[in-house]
Amino acid sequence: MEKRHGRQTVGFQGDVRICAYASVAGQKEKEGPLGECFDIVMPDAEWNEETWEKTESKMQKEVLKAALRKAELKSEDLHYILAGDLLNQCIGAGFGLREMEVPFLGIYGACSTMIEGLSLGAMLIDGGFAEYAAAVTSSHFCTAERQYRMPLEYGGQRTPTAQWTVTGAGAVILAKQGAGPKVTHITTGKIMDMGVKDANNMGGAMAPAAFDTLCAHFRDLGRGPADYDLILTGDLGVIGREILIEMMEKEGYDISKNYQDCGCMIYDREKVDVHAGGSGCGCVASVLCGRILEGLRQKEWKKVLVIGTGAMLSTTSSLQGESVPGIAHAAVLSAE
Amino acid sequence: MQYNQQEYQKYLEKKSPNSPLLKNVLFAFVIGGAICTIGQAVTDFYQTIAGLEESTARTAASITMIFFGALLTGMDVYCKIGKYAGAGTLVPITGFANSIVSPAMEFKKEGLVLGLASKMFVIAGPVLVYGITASVGVGIIYYIIRFIGG
Repeated sequence: MEKRHGRQTVGFQGDVRICAYASVAGQKEKEGPLGECFDIVMPDAEWNEETWEKTESKMQKEVLKAALRKAELKSEDLHYILAGDLLNQCIGAGFGLREMEVPFLGIYGACSTMIEGLSLGAMLIDGGFAEYAAAVTSSHFCTAERQYRMPLEYGGQRTPTAQWTVTGAGAVILAKQGAGPKVTHITTGKIMDMGVKDANNMGGAMAPAAFDTLCAHFRDLGRGPADYDLILTGDLGVIGREILIEMMEKEGYDISKNYQDCGCMIYDREKVDVHAGGSGCGCVASVLCGRILEGLRQKEWKKVLVIGTGAMLSTTSSLQGESVPGIAHAAVLSAE
Repeated sequence: MQYNQQEYQKYLEKKSPNSPLLKNVLFAFVIGGAICTIGQAVTDFYQTIAGLEESTARTAASITMIFFGALLTGMDVYCKIGKYAGAGTLVPITGFANSIVSPAMEFKKEGLVLGLASKMFVIAGPVLVYGITASVGVGIIYYIIRFIGG
């Protein structure tokens, strides 16, 4: 059996399992509909640290430690950590995981980093290069705001298309064989740039990337929406989600029945003022590790297609008038 | 892909809700107007009760408003008003105080010199640069017109 399927998809022949997972979330996320699902809820935005950057590093460290505890493993059992975040030079991961003493591969896929890490980790496992590998990522509202936007105390207005960076983190431990949800396929996305220049409409900028990856996935495997109990995107938000449904419908795929977006799930938009929904690496990471993987473990769903979506912009590129390229990576998770 | 870049951007614009213009304008008018009314009341207080001259009273009122803008920023209140008021809290002098104090607070963690001091003008800096440049330009034009006009 070939491992490659079509242009963008890889299928794993061996048994690649997610043997443990853990999530961290902030207070605002705790108040949301998934509030009860997270393993660790931070008491406040600082979590006893001097700076928000240190807090985000702590989130990565603590979420990995929690996942290791659940897997009954020690950090020396891990052959690789694949981790990244949104901060410049990925300092959340680099500083947070420096004490782990595990071979470390830093990755950046904007908000798709969780699925990028999971994809690469699954390949390392299936390739026989590792017994155990971890994928970790995080985002923090305060670190993201100060890097990408305005100081927190600045009295400005957001546009209705703006999204709210999730304060959250997630970690998965991938293993060769054992119990836990299985990773069967991954589809690696291409960078898609539709020339959208509004950095406050990231869902709209990323939706074409999600569309492209989803179509590639169906094409490569000869599958359709009905093959999945749940199709999940990372952080398209309300607007991006609607666009994806419409574009898929035009392509002949009806995903309206079994499609959700983590950015729409994590907050109660009626109660908290998050405009178009959640975003950030921690959005898909905390929802996947807090809710989805647990649902798979308990056989609530049999097969889930999760698509991490990222907007590959920087403050420099935005100031120079560049557009916002999008990326989306998909992974098939199975309960069997 | 179903759309080319231009088509997609048009489609996205159609799908994206606009800011609630009428509501925003109304809030900006009422809250901005209220701030200016308070400013006027403070000026009147300095002039009539404290007995300052008009120009001195105006300066004192500006200083007072800047103080309260900065104080409310530090108390995490100004940004909450600004969320509703928009330009209503941005345009008055209190907004200028907010634009300087908020980055100063935020970047204090990077140190007092290269953090607080260098970053405190990231938002207000352009206003100062172009405000002062424009006032010099207008001054020169005014001088020339006066010179020609005798």
